This record gives sequence, C-alpha cells and structure tokens, in this order.
Amino acid sequence: MSDGTMGAVELAAAVRSGARSARAVTEEALAAVAARDDELHCFLRVLGDEALEQADAVDAAVARGQDPGPLAGVPVGLKDNLCTRGIPTTCASRILDGWRPPYDATVVRMLRQAGAIAVGKTNMDEFAMGSSTENSAFGPTRNPHGRDRVPGGSSGGSAAAVAAGFTPIGLGSDTGGSIRQPAALCGVVGMKPTYGRVSRYGLVAFASSLDQIGPFATTVEDAALLFDVIAGHDPLDSTSLPYPSPPTFESTGAGSEGVRVGVCTDLIDGCAPDVVARVREAADALSAAGAKVEEIRIPELAYGLSAYYLIAPAEASSNLARYDGVRYGLRVDAEDAAAMNTATRTAGFGAEVKRRIMLGTYALSAGYYDAYYAQAQRVRTLVLEAFARAYASCDVLLGATAPTTAFALGEKVDDPMAMYMNDVCTIPSNLAGHPALSVPFGTGGDGLPIGVQVLAPALAEGLLFQVARVVEAAAPSPAGGAGQ
Amino acid sequence: MTWEMVIGLEVHCELASATKLFCGCRNAFGDEPNTNICPICLGLPGSLPVLNAQAVELAMRIGTALHCEIRPSSFARKNYFYPDQAKDYQISQYDEPLNAGGWLELPDGFRVGVTRAHMEEDTGKLTHVGEGGRINSAHHALVDYNRSGVPLVEIVSEPDMRSSAQARDYAAELRGILMATGASDGRMEEGSMRVDANVSLRPAGTTAFGTRCEIKNLNSLRSLGRAIEYEAARQMALLESGERVDQETRHWDEAAGRTEPMRSKEEANDYRYFPEPDLVPLVPDAAWQERVRAAMGPMPADRRAALSALFGDTALGAQADQIRAVVDLGLDTMVEQAVGAGVPAALALARAANELAAEGDRGRALPIGSFVTLVEMEAKGELSATQAKAVLRAAVADVERDPRQLAREMGFEALGADTLATAVADVIAAHPDEWARYMSGEDKLAGYFINEVMTATANKANGKEVAAELRRLRD
Repeated sequence: MSDGTMGAVELAAAVRSGARSARAVTEEALAAVAARDDELHCFLRVLGDEALEQADAVDAAVARGQDPGPLAGVPVGLKDNLCTRGIPTTCASRILDGWRPPYDATVVRMLRQAGAIAVGKTNMDEFAMGSSTENSAFGPTRNPHGRDRVPGGSSGGSAAAVAAGFTPIGLGSDTGGSIRQPAALCGVVGMKPTYGRVSRYGLVAFASSLDQIGPFATTVEDAALLFDVIAGHDPLDSTSLPYPSPPTFESTGAGSEGVRVGVCTDLIDGCAPDVVARVREAADALSAAGAKVEEIRIPELAYGLSAYYLIAPAEASSNLARYDGVRYGLRVDAEDAAAMNTATRTAGFGAEVKRRIMLGTYALSAGYYDAYYAQAQRVRTLVLEAFARAYASCDVLLGATAPTTAFALGEKVDDPMAMYMNDVCTIPSNLAGHPALSVPFGTGGDGLPIGVQVLAPALAEGLLFQVARVVEAAAPSPAGGAGQ
Repeated sequence: MTWEMVIGLEVHCELASATKLFCGCRNAFGDEPNTNICPICLGLPGSLPVLNAQAVELAMRIGTALHCEIRPSSFARKNYFYPDQAKDYQISQYDEPLNAGGWLELPDGFRVGVTRAHMEEDTGKLTHVGEGGRINSAHHALVDYNRSGVPLVEIVSEPDMRSSAQARDYAAELRGILMATGASDGRMEEGSMRVDANVSLRPAGTTAFGTRCEIKNLNSLRSLGRAIEYEAARQMALLESGERVDQETRHWDEAAGRTEPMRSKEEANDYRYFPEPDLVPLVPDAAWQERVRAAMGPMPADRRAALSALFGDTALGAQADQIRAVVDLGLDTMVEQAVGAGVPAALALARAANELAAEGDRGRALPIGSFVTLVEMEAKGELSATQAKAVLRAAVADVERDPRQLAREMGFEALGADTLATAVADVIAAHPDEWARYMSGEDKLAGYFINEVMTATANKANGKEVAAELRRLRD
C-alpha cells in the first residue's frame, strides 16, 4: 500500500509539481492490484495500457508546463456501469457480454480532463441491484477489512478498491444507498450528490429518477475534490441542474460552529447497538465543535423503503427492456424474435435482476398502477415534505448509514428482504433527491468499520462536506490496516 | 334499418425538423439505412434523451392552427417489446399532451373536434428478408434505425365525422394545414402523414356509439375513403344479420380492397405507461407561444378566402374547386401576384390549378416571377393559350430559364401589330371572294381567315388578335 498513505490531494499536488510522475503512481497502483486483487476481486477489468497512456499524457503536460488538472495522476476506479469508450462496460451482467460503448460517460470525460487515471472497471451488483456485490455475475468482491465479509453494494468494487489502497478515489452510483452503504462497510468516505448535480449521461440506468453518480475517497477533503470535478451542468442530461455547482473543496475545513444538527432517531432506531453508539458519539463530537445538536423525529422516513421497492423496480423494468438481444450484448438464438428475446433475457440476467423486473412490471400493470406505482409516488412526496419540515429547524441531519457492520458473504444472499433492509437509512435521500454522505467513525465490536451518515437538503453539498470533516476529525481511530 | 357512420381519425404526422426528437441526428427520409443514428436514437445503455426545441415549436404550430389550448405537458414511456423499438419503449405524451381541445373546419364549414395533438418519437423500420418478404415466412429481418426517434405529432379527432367523404375532407384539410404550418411535407406515400380510422355504426337517430374498429395502413386519401366504405358495409352486414362487431384493429389490404383483422398478439399489449424520468416537464410559457403564433403564415381556409375575394361575388363552383386545389398545393401566392400584376384572376387561377398543378412538386418550384411573366404574356395576347401552356411546361422543366426567352426559342414570338395587320391584309387580298362574303355578313368565314393567317405566319399570330383585326376592317 505504497500510496495508501497519500490521498488524492497530496498525490495530485506531487504530480502537478513534478515531484512524482503520473506513470510511477499508476504503475504502483497497477502493481498493487496485480498483487492483491485476485483475492479481493475489486476489479472486473484492469485498464493497464490505457492507464499508462493516460499517465504519460499527464506527465507530458507537466513537462510542457501545462496544468494537467486537479486530479493529475490520481488513480481512480470506475464502477462498471459507467460507459467507457471502446472498453467493455458490463454492469456485472452477462447480458452485456461483448458490448463496448462507442462513447464515454460525461463523468469519465471530466475525470480525464482533470488528469485522473482510470485504472479499472470495478465490480458491482448486477445492474446496481443489491447491497453486497454478491449479485455480480462474475463473483463477489471481498471486504478488505475481513475477507469473509461483503464490501456492501452495489458499488462494492469501487469502495473496496479505495479501502484496500488500490486507488485513493473511486466513482460509484447511488440509487438507494449504493455508494454510502459500501463506504460504511469498507471504512471509507462515500457521497451521493443532489439529484441532477452530476450528469447521468453514460451511467447505465437502473432507476433513472433515483440514480446519482458520486465519489469514494479515504478523506472528506478528497471526496470534495472529486465531487467538484464531476459536478456541474451537462446539456446531454435533461435532468442535470441548469447551473454550475459551486466549489466545495476550499471550504471543507470551515467547521460546524453554529450549525444546527438534527440527530434523526428514525435513522438510528433498529440499528445494531454499536452502530447507535457511534452515531451518538459523532453527535457529541459535533456538539463539542460548536454545533447545535438536538434530536428530531421524522416518522415518514419509515415508509421510504416500501416506496423505493416499487419505484426503483418499476423504472428498472423499463430501463432494462432494451437488453433484448437485437442490437448488442448477449443473444441466444431461437425460433423467432420474441423467443429470442425470452431466451436471451433468461440466460443473461441473474435472479435479483429478474425479481426486480417482475416486481416493477407488476407495479406498472393495468389495474395495479394506482395501488402501487402511483401510491409509491405519493409516499415519495410525503418523504420530501417531511424532510422540508425537518430542515426548517435543522441545517443537516445525522443518522446511521447501514444498520450493521459488514455481514458475512452468503449470509443474506437467499433472503432478499433482509438484504433490502440494509438500505433503510439511505433510501430516503434518494427519494428526496437530497445529498448525503457516509463518513467512517470507529468500529463495531467485531472490529469492522462503522459509517455515520450526514444528510443535507438539496444543493447543500458544501455544508455536508464541512460537517462530515468535523466528524472525520473526531473519529476514534481510523480503521487502518485494511490493505494488509 | 338506416345506419349512421361514426368516424374518428388518428393522424400521425412526421415533423419536418432538421434533427430528431431527442438527439442531433439528421431527420431525413430515404437515406442509406442506419446512417443517421447515434447512441441516443439507438437507445444504447447510458444514453439519455434531450428534447428538440424546433420539434416542439412545430408541434405548437399544429396545435395553434387547430385552435387547441397549448398546455403544460409531460412525456411518458409506452413499454412494449419490438425489434424496431430501440429502447423497447416509446417516449410519448400520454396523460398530459401539449395540445388539447381544438377543432378543424372543413371547407364546407363543418367543424370536426380535435381531442389532442401530442408529441412522440417514431420507431425504426423492419424489412423482412427471404421467402417472399412476408412476415410469417421471412428468414430474418433487417432493422433501419434512421427513422428511430424521428419526431411525430399524433392528432386525434373527435368521432364527429359521418361519411367517408367527410373523413377524406378532414384528412385533406389537415394535410393542407400541416403543410401550411411548415410542420410537415404531408407526403402520405412516404409515411410523413399516416392515417388510422376508427369506424363504427349506429342506428340513425340514436346517440350511443356502436362498437368500433380501428383501420390501419391507409396510405392515401383514396385508401381512406375506400377502407371506410368497405368497413361500414362489413359492419352493416354483421349488424343486419344480428351478429355483433368485435372491437379490433384491422389492416386495410389495398390490393384486395378489404380490411382484415391484425394478429391478436398486437391487441393484448399492456403498455405500462409511466412518467418518463429522463425528461423534465414541457411547459411553454406565454411568450414562447406568442412567438410561435407570430411566426405562422395564414392557414388554408384564410388563403382560400383571400383567393375567392379576387373574384368578388362571381366565383363559380368550378373555380371554388380550383381555388382549393391551388391552396392545397401552395400555389396561391403565384395567382395572387399575377392578379396584382394585372392578369385576369380566372386566367391566373386556371393556369395554376390545371397546368401548374399537373406538374406536382416541379410546378411548386417554378419561380413566382416566371409564372407571372407567362400569364401576363398570355393575357396581353403575346401568346395563345396553347402556346402559353407549352411555354409553362418548358419553364417548369428548366426553372432557371426566362419564359420570354423560352417563348422566342420555341418560335412563339408574337407578331407585332404591324406585321399582323400586313399578314391579314395579304390574306384578304389573296381571297377577294371570301372577303366579300364575310363583309356581306357570313361571320363564320372569320374562322377561315384566321386559319389562313395562322398558316401564313407559321402559327405565330394570335387567333384572337386576328379576329379583332378582321372585325376592325369589316366595321
């Protein structure tokens, strides 16, 4: 873990100043992956030649006296639902077998322009459906803090790659907690931006009204640096907010003096005792740092999970219809086009994806739409209004990210409901389109990392990073040694 | 029992925007297959739609011309699997259409209600290959996605029409409006305008609707009329024999001249509409609506009225038909300019409605100045009617050429007044007996003299002018 001690901020500074070459940094990252990823399986594909080529371009820019960008030479892992031009993008599914996107996702383009080095495509639950990365068609990722433990999901590969020290930063996508929950289980920082802050162009859709791309990092400051690079308006995404994203990086150290923090009991109740204890300690730390901390109840959040498991599968059932064997990816030939569709989808999708397609198709069916999909949308409005009431008296909310520390591989794989419960604390922010972040704060009795979740109203990413940095500074002890 | 036909039409109109509805690909008919495609209109994973403002404006023009309310609207997904459907869903307006609640007035003054005119994207095009190209025996199918994502407006009428003639009038008038707004080229044969007809029967004098059938594949106004007549007769035969009409979608077989039920599989779809999460609501504000309205030219009805006004109260039935044809073809400006230049309205209208209209698209491409010059020459007697028609054909064939020069080259240069008088005098001198008979009252001999003068001048003389000269000499 040669660069594990160096965050993205320091690495980029070293590369920009010429103190380190991007090639050397990239070679070290690739070497670490080659040495240890067989065991962890963070990556579905390592981009050796491409990464070194990109690193050389960064070094050449430095040599010419040009600024290669704020992430110069920083290795990054890309969740494999982010389109990369000419490079297979699988969503950890067999259905996309052989498909190479003819274009880069907007975030991938922005990362390259900022000088970052994409070293690989990371493992995930198939089409981002899952909370353990066990739903990958290509085998699970293991948690660097305990090889028998899941890294969380669905962005488990990117989270574990950061925790293992392979890459100081990574990108994931968060539809119901898929960045924050693996961040918590792997002991890293993970953040879901405001819906519309980061372009979804080139993110293979799971549930379009909930999906957001966001950063993983070892520190809050690094997460803010990466967020600033990928945030902003994109004319290719109609749901992208039509104005620039104000920079957050410079002000992450502004502290929490006078900030009104609501400790949301509805995002703590039902969590494991050591998780509850860590959230309380984080609240105390904020209080000690000058924040005004009080408890707040938002009982409507309890309905979020049910609404989510109607809305997300409904959108997914439509988004995943295009994998029909006609144009790209897997095709299993059969008598006619309809039989070919069925054979292809039967062979190409895993059990969880099929389950959600069925759920979503049902929820949208004639005669059921009002009772399920429309009702879920009303609950979504209810959650949004409840948050608005809470934010009348608080600036940010505090809660748990995940109910427990990392659970064992295989433990919940046959119990979908138990698996879904992992997202109970993270889902409300997706329904509301609000930003939220998980920051590591100590460990559980099992020695595994625990994450504390900070939630903020729409567009308040700056405040989110600011508060998270105070929590980070007060964290008992970093869950170190993950890479060893 | 006497039965009454109840007809409603659904018209799909391809918008003449430069690019597709949700991407920057060219919107063009007839290009090499799969050349106007991109990740978005191919529905590749990760791609997202962005609404085309020009297409929205064209749709707003249609709504404005049909007296619709332009409303805050949104898009939905219509989900169904089909290989020509790149995303296996179609983005369409569903419960919140852009245009709603308008009407269209037929030339006879009858108003047909317009329920809605909403936006949606077109699908790709399938070609079945092998074993005769029939869908059931084809070995495989090829898909051309050039049409995928082409903007459409679907215009749904109220079931207000009561005869096939009325339905044809509606479709023809709508076509004229679509062309006048610039929203579409109105080409039914290329699929730019596609008409589906909902037909039902009910006992005359009752108000409840009978069971309807939807007829598809109507590629011309003629097919529309024939299909409705066939379908009404089919339904009447069923009803009179005590059977019932099943609600179904039927396919018009032009060659066989009958409607046939479509495969029931296409009937059983549950489209699972839900709001399109990749697009934001479309809410045209008042200023935008006003800009669109201000940019629109006059509609066919106004243009017909303007042409009719040139005739005062004297427009005859035949002229009313000519006026309609001229406006439908967009030739009315030519007629108006010619009349403005002093050409008699009837002459300008006749040349436009008959000779120019017969040239189709090429006729429309004739420069207005050339048309005006030509009918002026005819009006002044510099060209005979026969000559004028010939020059018109030549001018249409080569729109760059000046009609005067064409007339000269064709040997139609009119004789000067002196030359004409000399030619007439020469002929009279050569036929003193006939001249004496003409002078003594045998008017029919005028034809004889005109013919002789034409022969003597190699047809360059104008018959009317020769007759006038003969009368002048006699009186």
